[in-house]
Amino acid sequence: MEFLNDFLKIFLATCRDVLPIALLIAGFQAFVLREPVPHLKRVLVGGVYVVVGLALFLAGLEKALFPLGNIMAAQLSDPAFIYGAGEIIIQADWKAYGWIYLFAAMIGFATTIAEPSLIAVAYKASEVSAGTINQWGLRITVAVGVAFGISLGTFRIVTGTPLYWYISIGYLIVVIQTIFAPKSIIPLAYDSGGVTTSTVTVPLVAALGLGLSATVPGRNPALDGFGLIAFASLCPIISVMGYAQLMQLKKK
Amino acid sequence: MIVKLIISKLKTAITDLAPIILVIAFFQAIVLRQPLPHMGEVLFGGLLVVIGLTLFVQGLEMGLFPIGEEMAHALARKGSLSWLLIFAFALGFSTTVAEPALIAIAKEAAEIAAQGGLIEQSRKSLNQYGFGLRMTVAFSVGLAILIGVIRIIRGWPIHYLIIGGYVIVMLMTIIAPEEIIGIAYDAGGVTTSTITVPLVAAIGVGLSSSIRGRSPLLDGFGLIAFASLMPIIFVLGYGLIIFR
Repeated sequence: MEFLNDFLKIFLATCRDVLPIALLIAGFQAFVLREPVPHLKRVLVGGVYVVVGLALFLAGLEKALFPLGNIMAAQLSDPAFIYGAGEIIIQADWKAYGWIYLFAAMIGFATTIAEPSLIAVAYKASEVSAGTINQWGLRITVAVGVAFGISLGTFRIVTGTPLYWYISIGYLIVVIQTIFAPKSIIPLAYDSGGVTTSTVTVPLVAALGLGLSATVPGRNPALDGFGLIAFASLCPIISVMGYAQLMQLKKK
Repeated sequence: MIVKLIISKLKTAITDLAPIILVIAFFQAIVLRQPLPHMGEVLFGGLLVVIGLTLFVQGLEMGLFPIGEEMAHALARKGSLSWLLIFAFALGFSTTVAEPALIAIAKEAAEIAAQGGLIEQSRKSLNQYGFGLRMTVAFSVGLAILIGVIRIIRGWPIHYLIIGGYVIVMLMTIIAPEEIIGIAYDAGGVTTSTITVPLVAAIGVGLSSSIRGRSPLLDGFGLIAFASLMPIIFVLGYGLIIFR
């Protein structure tokens, strides 16, 4: 019963998300375009599938994945787990956080593979490129980028180095890669930075960032907890262009 | 026939989720060495996730992709640039302004700003700051989609715009107050929700395929990239205006 209540809440929230889009499309169809929508019934059924599917997906995540992810992030970043019980730590030792980096990388990879918006973009890219861009190839490449990004982001939180150093260097790499990468991959690579961070990744990653910056000595969650998502959006751009460059080199 | 189809769709969804299950199992069993808490609930939740993802992908193919492309085609056929741009802006603005992730971030950002002594520690000023931040982000996403659509129509190469944007971000980061930087960078990530992304991708591809001389791959993608970059610039700007 309690679950039904939760599900209803999420379902209504999803409906509210869709509402502006539905109104916008309906308004434009009725007043600006004044044309009937082809296959209207099919489109409406598809729309219902999207809303119900997303609501079920989110409800399931809240039931299963998020609590688990939060508990695990808290346990792994617990000083008692990292340094052994009873030790008093004043200065964080970045070498002691190996499991955190690994967890960050793996959870980044895994959640990206399951990210619905990335599935959507990979589907479109494969359709548009007539199969040259492989759906799974793109998704795995993006996931590797996110994994590296989140891992690097946790390293930043542990060491307390400024965010903009990393972002500046990352942007510089993107600029240099843009000059050499095949032209056809560039828009898709830029897009893959934006799609990685939605439903699945953001809540888990934010919990990891805030949890970590709350337990690492000398870190302030207000200042250091943010920024993980920025890593998760930057690194896939690099990995997607890098993969395309590798493929290009291989061809020659 | 239908049963076979459903099974194959479910299989895809399970493959999509396998990595998460493996990661959690690995850390629980090998690293943390404890049994999974609330096993029943976790399994039930996992089942919902699989069914939900299957339905979602099916719905994309049937509803969201076709309507996005159809809208783009119809607007291109109509030949009215101003309606197309109004649609682009409204799409970006309306899908962002009520985004729960953005509301959450705006609230948190207001608390941080108050702690840092940048704004008054009162409910009114907190709300005002958060609301301003939300409006700023929503406006910037609307503008981003609008610019992205103009780019598709004109066929501008995307990298000049994006790299130009990066340069602006870097320059603004140097002068922006520290409390806003992390939030600004994260704001770029939270604006593109699961329903907006497929729709925007379909519109980009649809538009570029209905304008002669544009390639869907070269010109159709990139709208999401603008929608992630523009909020960073605007939130940094918001911080500069509010705090100085």
